[in-house]
Amino acid sequence: MSATPQETRSTCPYCGVGCGVIIETQAGAITGVRGDPEHPANFGRLCTKGSTLHLTASAAVTRQTRLLQPLQRLQRRGPTQPLAWDTALDLAADRLSGIVQAHGPDALGFYLSGQLLTEDYYVFNKLAKGLLGTNNLDTNSRLCMSSAVAGYKATLGADAPPASYADFDHADCLFIAGSNAAWAHPIAFRRIEDAKRARPGMKIVVVDPRRTDTVELADLHLAIQPGTDVMLFHGMLHIMLREGWTKPAYIAAHTSGFEALQAVVRDVAPEHAAQVCGISVQDLYEAARLFATSSSTLSLYCQGLNQSSSGTAKNAALINLHLATGQIGRPGAAPFSLTGQPNAMGGREVGGLSNLLSAHRDMANPEHRAEVAAHWGVAQVPGTPGKSAVEMFEAAADGQIKALWIACTNPAQSMPDQATVRRALQRAEFVVLQEAFASTATAEFADLLLPATTWGEKMGTVTNSERRISRVRAALPPAGEARHDWAIGVQLARRLEARLRPGQTTLFPYATDNPLAGVEAIWCEHRESTRGRDLDITGLSYERLDRQGPQQWPLPEGAPSGKVRLYEDGRFPTPDGRARFHATAYRPVAEARDERFPFSLTTGRLRDQWHGMSRTGTLGHLFGHVAEPTVQLHPDDLVRHQWKDGDLVTVQSRRGSIVLPVQASTDIGLKQAYIAMHWGAEFLSGCSATGEALAGVNALMPSAFCPGSKQPELKHAAVRISRAELPWRLVAMAWFPEDQALTVRERLKPLMAAFAFSACVPFGPAGAPDATRPARTGVLFRAAAPEAPPPELLVQIEALLGLRDTDSLRYIDAQRGQRRTVRIEPRDEDTRVTGLLLGGDTRAEVWLKTLLQEDLPAAAYGRLLLSPGAEAPVAVVSQGRTVCSCLGVSDLAIETALAHCQGRDEDRLGHLQAALKCGTNCGSCVPELKRMVRLIKPVTG
Amino acid sequence: MKKLKLVMVGNGMAGVRTIEELLKIDPSLYEITIFGAEPHPNYNRILLSPVLAGEQTLDDIVLNPYDWYHDHGITLHAGKKVVEIDRIRRKVRSDDGTEAHYDRLLLCTGSHPFMLPVPGKDLQGVIAYRDIHDTNTMIETAATHRHAVVIGGGLLGLEAANGLMQRGMSVTVVHVNAWLMERQLDDVAARLLQHSLEARGLQFRLGAQTQELVGGDDGRVKAVRFKDGTEVPADLVVMAVGVRPNTELAEQAGLLVNRGIVVNDTMQTVTDPRIWSVGECATHRGTAYGLVAPLFEQAQVAANHLAEFGIARYLGSHTSTKLKVTGIDLFSAGNFMGGEGTEEIVLSDPHAGVYKKLVIQDDKLIGACLYGDTVDGGWYFKLLRERSSVAAIRDQLMFGDSSRQSGARPA
Repeated sequence: MSATPQETRSTCPYCGVGCGVIIETQAGAITGVRGDPEHPANFGRLCTKGSTLHLTASAAVTRQTRLLQPLQRLQRRGPTQPLAWDTALDLAADRLSGIVQAHGPDALGFYLSGQLLTEDYYVFNKLAKGLLGTNNLDTNSRLCMSSAVAGYKATLGADAPPASYADFDHADCLFIAGSNAAWAHPIAFRRIEDAKRARPGMKIVVVDPRRTDTVELADLHLAIQPGTDVMLFHGMLHIMLREGWTKPAYIAAHTSGFEALQAVVRDVAPEHAAQVCGISVQDLYEAARLFATSSSTLSLYCQGLNQSSSGTAKNAALINLHLATGQIGRPGAAPFSLTGQPNAMGGREVGGLSNLLSAHRDMANPEHRAEVAAHWGVAQVPGTPGKSAVEMFEAAADGQIKALWIACTNPAQSMPDQATVRRALQRAEFVVLQEAFASTATAEFADLLLPATTWGEKMGTVTNSERRISRVRAALPPAGEARHDWAIGVQLARRLEARLRPGQTTLFPYATDNPLAGVEAIWCEHRESTRGRDLDITGLSYERLDRQGPQQWPLPEGAPSGKVRLYEDGRFPTPDGRARFHATAYRPVAEARDERFPFSLTTGRLRDQWHGMSRTGTLGHLFGHVAEPTVQLHPDDLVRHQWKDGDLVTVQSRRGSIVLPVQASTDIGLKQAYIAMHWGAEFLSGCSATGEALAGVNALMPSAFCPGSKQPELKHAAVRISRAELPWRLVAMAWFPEDQALTVRERLKPLMAAFAFSACVPFGPAGAPDATRPARTGVLFRAAAPEAPPPELLVQIEALLGLRDTDSLRYIDAQRGQRRTVRIEPRDEDTRVTGLLLGGDTRAEVWLKTLLQEDLPAAAYGRLLLSPGAEAPVAVVSQGRTVCSCLGVSDLAIETALAHCQGRDEDRLGHLQAALKCGTNCGSCVPELKRMVRLIKPVTG
Repeated sequence: MKKLKLVMVGNGMAGVRTIEELLKIDPSLYEITIFGAEPHPNYNRILLSPVLAGEQTLDDIVLNPYDWYHDHGITLHAGKKVVEIDRIRRKVRSDDGTEAHYDRLLLCTGSHPFMLPVPGKDLQGVIAYRDIHDTNTMIETAATHRHAVVIGGGLLGLEAANGLMQRGMSVTVVHVNAWLMERQLDDVAARLLQHSLEARGLQFRLGAQTQELVGGDDGRVKAVRFKDGTEVPADLVVMAVGVRPNTELAEQAGLLVNRGIVVNDTMQTVTDPRIWSVGECATHRGTAYGLVAPLFEQAQVAANHLAEFGIARYLGSHTSTKLKVTGIDLFSAGNFMGGEGTEEIVLSDPHAGVYKKLVIQDDKLIGACLYGDTVDGGWYFKLLRERSSVAAIRDQLMFGDSSRQSGARPA
């Protein structure tokens, strides 16, 4: 608790780029964060999300959203009550051991997270597979990277991304498929922008059904139909073969199985491929040419390939191209899988999936099992593959799995087919949630909630996309009674040992009272398990990581440094040392669109949000870029159905439905729809005709998974879209001090199911964070219903939003379902609107919301603040939507500046940045700025 | 030829307005004689409150000076109270014996304040609030005494209380009802009114039942005692608990009286077609009106028939109210309390101290109660009288005529 500022080097807890951060603390509080200039992933840069990390760790946010003590729920859906750690762990151990004794260990399911640290993973892996003897341990990496794992192993023989970020600077062709890196991996994309700037000759091909911001940098955009990637890659290979662009010598020397692949691609005529993919033959041809004939081609890919019922085939078919053209093992030439989560790689390294074992060992392999059993000091590890994420929840829904132990993830938001997931959570006899945040959807289902440490408090190691291991260091002691995930695992394990194998020496000799020693001991045990494996890190130590900074694996004993690039010698970790071509024919998406479900729904990320938003969702500031959930459709599809921007529609798949506003976007094709994957029931809900709460976007997505990787097709569902006839509308919003807003949102959440449609999001001040204004966060509640709800419900919402005080202006026409309440406060000889509720006719929102959010003087309106209609009684000028989050520059400001800015696009961007400073801090908005520069022509004359 | 004789009993606003209307139509039809109990020409009774409050003088509120009577050849007997009507001989006689024959008689005897039948009501310093005499009494008392109690929290009572306060007295308003002006305001508006009057220094005893007026040795009232035993000091007690039509004369003359002198749609008494009656003393279709607007409508009809046009009919009036207390805007009309089968639109703006309630039935505006901002009162009153459908403008209704046309009005 020193009052002098301190700095702690750690890593960012968001995406898999794995940026280094320097956490600034003072007097026991995190006061700032900045990029670590010495970290090889980001060299000091951070994106919109990373640069606001310190705000998500403020005392206010912690108090309001963190799980700070163990809680027990005596009745499902009932209230929780605190209990002591020892009681909680004893209870957990009793229940688990009881279930093991009654039904066997396979009645347990452990569902972990790619956000856990390597040490956390290791302990739980050993706990489940070693101590309890079940392989029912899977992680949300199954939803994220398992297709990449399977793809690498099927072709290159090991789950190892062969490239490094440094290869951006050597590639002559970047082939980006199924990745919106500009938003999902911003700092990696900054480096790609730098490379393109340094070497404009570098060609960039982007394969994506949508015209994302990543496309802004592309020389060629292949807007393929969702799920046709394999057809595209096969078509490219067909052309390469026909044109003689392949490298027979490399194929002959270093690969096997090419004939089988040839047989498959021979039938894939370019015309056919182009037609299936919905692109021109010329573009297909150009893509093949660039990929094959560039002196070095680096492919980058992510969920677009992974989250698919053909995930393994997509990954492998792309790697096929690298092998066939020898675009691998050289600087700037490799298939480079970008990881979604900060430590998905670490999880893979310790075998944190139901079909893996420590250090890239295979459960199916008896020798591997024996090695691991010996390493752990147990008689054996079970050989039957455990249940993968989808299978695990299906088994729980069917009653086979009796207890679910969930750590650091939010399946009630992120898993597909939410109906089944929720049935599983309800049917399971015992659900434990080990979490940092109390606000996740899954928390509502848990019988036992165990508070875990999180960013700023955790210690251990993570591995990023380029195989680079970084130390994660604690800048603060755990909040409240929170404990480290690995420590919770150890303390549970010891209790289970006492019940299941009494008297024997513990398998978990890690000091939980001395975390630093404990966590290092675990890591050292993990390190030893890698000896002689492809990911050998026996040359590494905490001490070396501290001394030399983050290191890439492999780094065996005696090695001077880790490997920047793999397979330079053309030898692969397969029995014969040869890479294997993977010959799988194209299979369409699990759910092709048809007459009944005529739209292809795809999902993806938002620039300023991450995953389920349990962390980013605490900052109103990060809702400036995209404020509320929408489903995007092509403008022509809107016209065809006579829908307008903002109309509420019901999006229905074979599994469920949700209601949300429609938004026109030329970024997507006809008959396609797009919803960001972040919008879970915590932010987007409502109530079905049959009275069930709507579960967010993943209520729609299918659990159909890839046979190879068992990764579900979270990226595509066939849906039908129809206008939601919900004439009665509600929008209610208010400002709060930072230490209240999130509490208010939590209290509003239970009311979301009272409406057919509802969304509840925080918002921040428009524009840059301003020291002159009081720090505050807004909460917005939007809903719609077939008819006006009972007044009591609106009174309840008013009360929660502080609109019941006698100072509020009111207009009530109950018979018409019209209710308008406006709270104004005097400020600087004028007044400001600080809260409002519009029920029934909400058209006035367009100007009232601006008055409130942009803090504009309101005295001139008087009682007309209550008047209906979209036309402001006194003209209101909005600043518009935030584009640059760091400096709070809005689209309107940018459009105005661009209108008076002549010259070439590059120069106009320069002028823009000089004039408004937008995109000059973290750069996350630069792709969008480029797009605006391109689209907004200067007004001539 | 010889002119018809028209005699008017009562020299108040309703009657004189009838004469004015008559003269407009036919200045030469009648030889007119007017008896008035008060020793004054016709003055604007409604403006007594501003006089009491010291905002106007008596001269300011005279409507028809003596010259007016003279110029129109009207014989005025001011200060003479008619005590008898002889319908057989068609003549009237006043308390001093003055007699006048009539061919047509116009009874405008008005009303008198109702005095609570409580012990001590005859004490010195206990008065009503009706005419110039009462007003002068209050003005004089205010100059010499401190404590005033106004019994009755209606329109008149509050105006009296405000006036006395303006003249420096410490005033308590005693009201038997739970809220002020219950006949003109709903409870919400009444509370707003009470708060702003309290802010000005008035004190209130609501739901208070007066048991007796306590007198001092000097025979002057010194306190008001309530049923609960409590007392408030009082050097002056003003009774403003309503009025009663002056009908003794009519009853004596054998005219049908039911609360007021019963008249038909031509304002003729149902008993004697030679006799008309307008004003607070008349009962039309069961209603005796106490506000000036309807009385002027009656005057028009009566004049029309006295002028032998014979076409106008009086069908009753919607009434609306304004409180004449400077700085307090208040308006109500129609059924502003709502109830079964009615719909309400309510707007409140605590910052500006504004409250508005509109009552709608079958898409028609049937009542309005405005506090703090009465700009649109006239418009609402118009809609209310026209009984035209407001369905099409309902959502804009609350924001007034101007906002409906321009879409905006600086508030």
